[in-house]
Amino acid sequence: MSTAARVEARDVALAFGKTEVLRDISIVVEPGEFFTLLGPSGCGKSTLLRLIAGFNRAQRGAILIDGRDVTAVPPWKRELGMVFQSYALWPHLTVAQNVAFGLEERRLPRDEIRRKTRDALGLVGLGELSERRPHQLSGGQQQRVALARTLAIEPRVLLLDEPLSNLDAKLRVHMRHELGQLQRRLGITTIFVTHDQEEALTTSDRVAVMHQGVIQQVGTPMDLFDRPANRFVAEFVGTINVVSGTLQKSIGASVLFVSPQASSFSLPRTEEMPGHGAVTLAFRPHSLTLAETAGGGTRVWLDAVIEAREFLGEFVRYRVRVGGAELIADQMHFGGAPVYAPGKRVQVGLDPAQIKIFPEEAEATVAPARAAAGSA
Amino acid sequence: MSSRASAPQIAVALLIAAFLAAFLVVPVLTVVYVAVTNPDGSLTLAHFAAFFELSLMRESFWNSLYVAGLTVLFSTVVALPLAYLTVRFQFRGAILIQTLGVLPLVMPAFVGAAAMQLLFGRSGTVNLLLQDWFGINIPLMQGLNGVIFVETLHYFPFILLNVSVALANIDTAMEEAAQNLGASGFRLFRRIVFPLARPGYVAGASLVFIKVFDDLGTPLVLNVTNMLAPQAYLRVTSIGIEDPIGYVICFILVGFSIAAMAGAAGFLRGREFATLQRGGAGAPRRTLTRWQAAIAYGWIGLVLLLVLSPHLGLLLLSFSKVWSYTLIPESFTLANYATVFTDSTRMIWNTLVYCGLAALLDVVLGTAIAYLVLRTKVPGRQILDHLATVALAMPGVVLGIGYLRTFRGVDLPFTDTPLVASWVVFVLAYSVRRLPYALRSCTAALQQVHVSLEEAAQNLGASQGRTIHRIVVPMMAGGIAAGFVTSFVTAAVEISETILLTSRESLAPMSYGIYLYMQSIAGRGPGAALGVIAVIVVAVGTYFSHRFVAARAAHQERRG
Repeated sequence: MSTAARVEARDVALAFGKTEVLRDISIVVEPGEFFTLLGPSGCGKSTLLRLIAGFNRAQRGAILIDGRDVTAVPPWKRELGMVFQSYALWPHLTVAQNVAFGLEERRLPRDEIRRKTRDALGLVGLGELSERRPHQLSGGQQQRVALARTLAIEPRVLLLDEPLSNLDAKLRVHMRHELGQLQRRLGITTIFVTHDQEEALTTSDRVAVMHQGVIQQVGTPMDLFDRPANRFVAEFVGTINVVSGTLQKSIGASVLFVSPQASSFSLPRTEEMPGHGAVTLAFRPHSLTLAETAGGGTRVWLDAVIEAREFLGEFVRYRVRVGGAELIADQMHFGGAPVYAPGKRVQVGLDPAQIKIFPEEAEATVAPARAAAGSA
Repeated sequence: MSSRASAPQIAVALLIAAFLAAFLVVPVLTVVYVAVTNPDGSLTLAHFAAFFELSLMRESFWNSLYVAGLTVLFSTVVALPLAYLTVRFQFRGAILIQTLGVLPLVMPAFVGAAAMQLLFGRSGTVNLLLQDWFGINIPLMQGLNGVIFVETLHYFPFILLNVSVALANIDTAMEEAAQNLGASGFRLFRRIVFPLARPGYVAGASLVFIKVFDDLGTPLVLNVTNMLAPQAYLRVTSIGIEDPIGYVICFILVGFSIAAMAGAAGFLRGREFATLQRGGAGAPRRTLTRWQAAIAYGWIGLVLLLVLSPHLGLLLLSFSKVWSYTLIPESFTLANYATVFTDSTRMIWNTLVYCGLAALLDVVLGTAIAYLVLRTKVPGRQILDHLATVALAMPGVVLGIGYLRTFRGVDLPFTDTPLVASWVVFVLAYSVRRLPYALRSCTAALQQVHVSLEEAAQNLGASQGRTIHRIVVPMMAGGIAAGFVTSFVTAAVEISETILLTSRESLAPMSYGIYLYMQSIAGRGPGAALGVIAVIVVAVGTYFSHRFVAARAAHQERRG
């Protein structure tokens, strides 16, 4: 494999007609990194990938590969391998002919084409299917052929456009694991597009969360989960409870939170807490504790009623009502753990250290400047 | 929908089968049979031997192959870039190209041929200009060149339309994957785009080949007789209905037509070309660079000019007093139209009657066959469908000769008039050959009527017959109307059967009139005038046919 490349998008903006699809995007993907663009459909992630591949042309900004500006270079000269969501295997060619295509376009000697084709198919474990036609293969096999076809040309960067979305759930988990292993073995810079946060968190070195054409946050999977930059990221990555309200004046070392939905309670004052005003509190379901009676410690205890219960094996997911708000509380499950029936009155314990506080306007506006800082 | 076929259903199916057997299967088989038997009924290849011993026949055979082959080639050259351009690129000329796709089909090739002679012939407008400016003369209309030129301009839309549809169905990621792996420009087209669009291309190209190979009118109007179809016509009309060589030619025409259709079908079978896959979202169309756009518009302009030239030429000719050895006619007149309306009203009337009755018969048969196939369990119902469709591949010359041979000595019931010397034979011949168009239209219409609508009627007490009458046919009305119009307009400009079956002038339809007028220099003006009328009829008909289909689609939309 050729040495891994560094990919950079610099202040890229693109609009289709009046629809702004990408708004001043800047990202840097380090050599050998597994980098994921994560976001809901329509957020611009595929467009950004296609821009890097050369299929779209941005109105502003530049794409750089190893520092070289390739913005004006056509797709067929970029040496970037792309795997398409639909695989785009050519039905009129056999598996081997599909894989050999890029090598033939590079005018390699015949025996080298044969050897590299064999190697690429071997890499994805499909050596014996080389004479089949694409439609004779299963979805997973087609996916591997698409991967082999791309890897055969030893691209400087691997671009993956939702490559797993057409597989069934079980195969998807398997392929995602295989993809990650292959990438680490080859050490190839990889940019992966997905709307599935689980896929993003499990495979990536770093993830960029996109929404409405703007990068919301760039960071490691754990960063995103533990320190979401805004409410969108908090809600999109993992499951989270959100309560709106206002922070009122400090009383000593604590602040009073007043919510029209839930009851009011005081929180210990921290440095990153915004002064006062409208805020959103966000906390993960598993950071909540349920108990018959309020416990002590640093937790804030609130009155609650169990509304519903789902048993998920490793844990039990409760829907509890606190005042006007409905919260999700995940409780670890093990033999002998307490179980609460719907309708039961309980106490919910919030750990203040696990609560993230976003200013209310963070929901509406998006903050590219902050996201860029986060990527450093 | 009952689970078994009812007696009335079977009766209707048998009636249709009898009709198709009598007026399609038997005439064609008769022709084939005569070609391979001695008068005493024993099998022989002697007629074929005799055919290939005649140098004129060998020449005609090769000429027909040559003309059909080159027409396919040139049609491809014209159509492929246009199809690729419209489907894949951001392009303002899309409406122009769509116009290009319909314009030629509105005018039958043999009608425009004479006008093309005046524009592109040895002393036509273009060559007069070239002679003046550069001292050169391009033999565009000389002999076989003329046939190829006229047929190409007429038939390339078949390839354009088929390839456009095929291209539109290809997942654009297929092309992007190739670009991503290093392919671009013509290599991309040759290695990926064209192979993926090949099913559409094969369908279009085989159709062009058959149509040209079987065409009688265009070579005759251009005075080219050393081709197969004209030879068949000349043998049968000059030497006689007994001459076996004519039947050998028919055998070859049928053989090639069926082989081309079967070959195309065989090519398409067993191939996985369902290329529009899940997730294959439409990528934005590519943009043309300034240079590419200039070339594209230039190409479209040139083709549009050529496509319009027979229309313009015909119009000029129809208003001309004299037109020869000059760029445009020297003086203009309305006399040609006056001539046509005094001398040829009978022909126009004949066309309206023949084609109206044939189209009526077609939609009745088409609706019945569509209903039998889609809604009943009558055994062998698919055979009716296939038989009716096969008529598409049957050359008019063959059917015409087949009628003359099969029905000689057969009188119309209750009269002394031989069938082949009556107006009835036109209705029968037209309806059989245009049935595929009406059938396709009716089938499409019926497919859009949900079975539950019929079941609801039956649930409320309507018998099957009443249900068809009150629910099915009214709901299919748009499709039936479109089928009627298509059958009508294509029959109105049919020439091969027409030439063979016209036994006396009082029975001749308009298309025969155009052909007859075009035979003489003096007749060209009135011929062109009659041609203009025919083109207007076809254009108006085509417009309404599209309107019916569009109205139905809108209706479906509202209901949906």
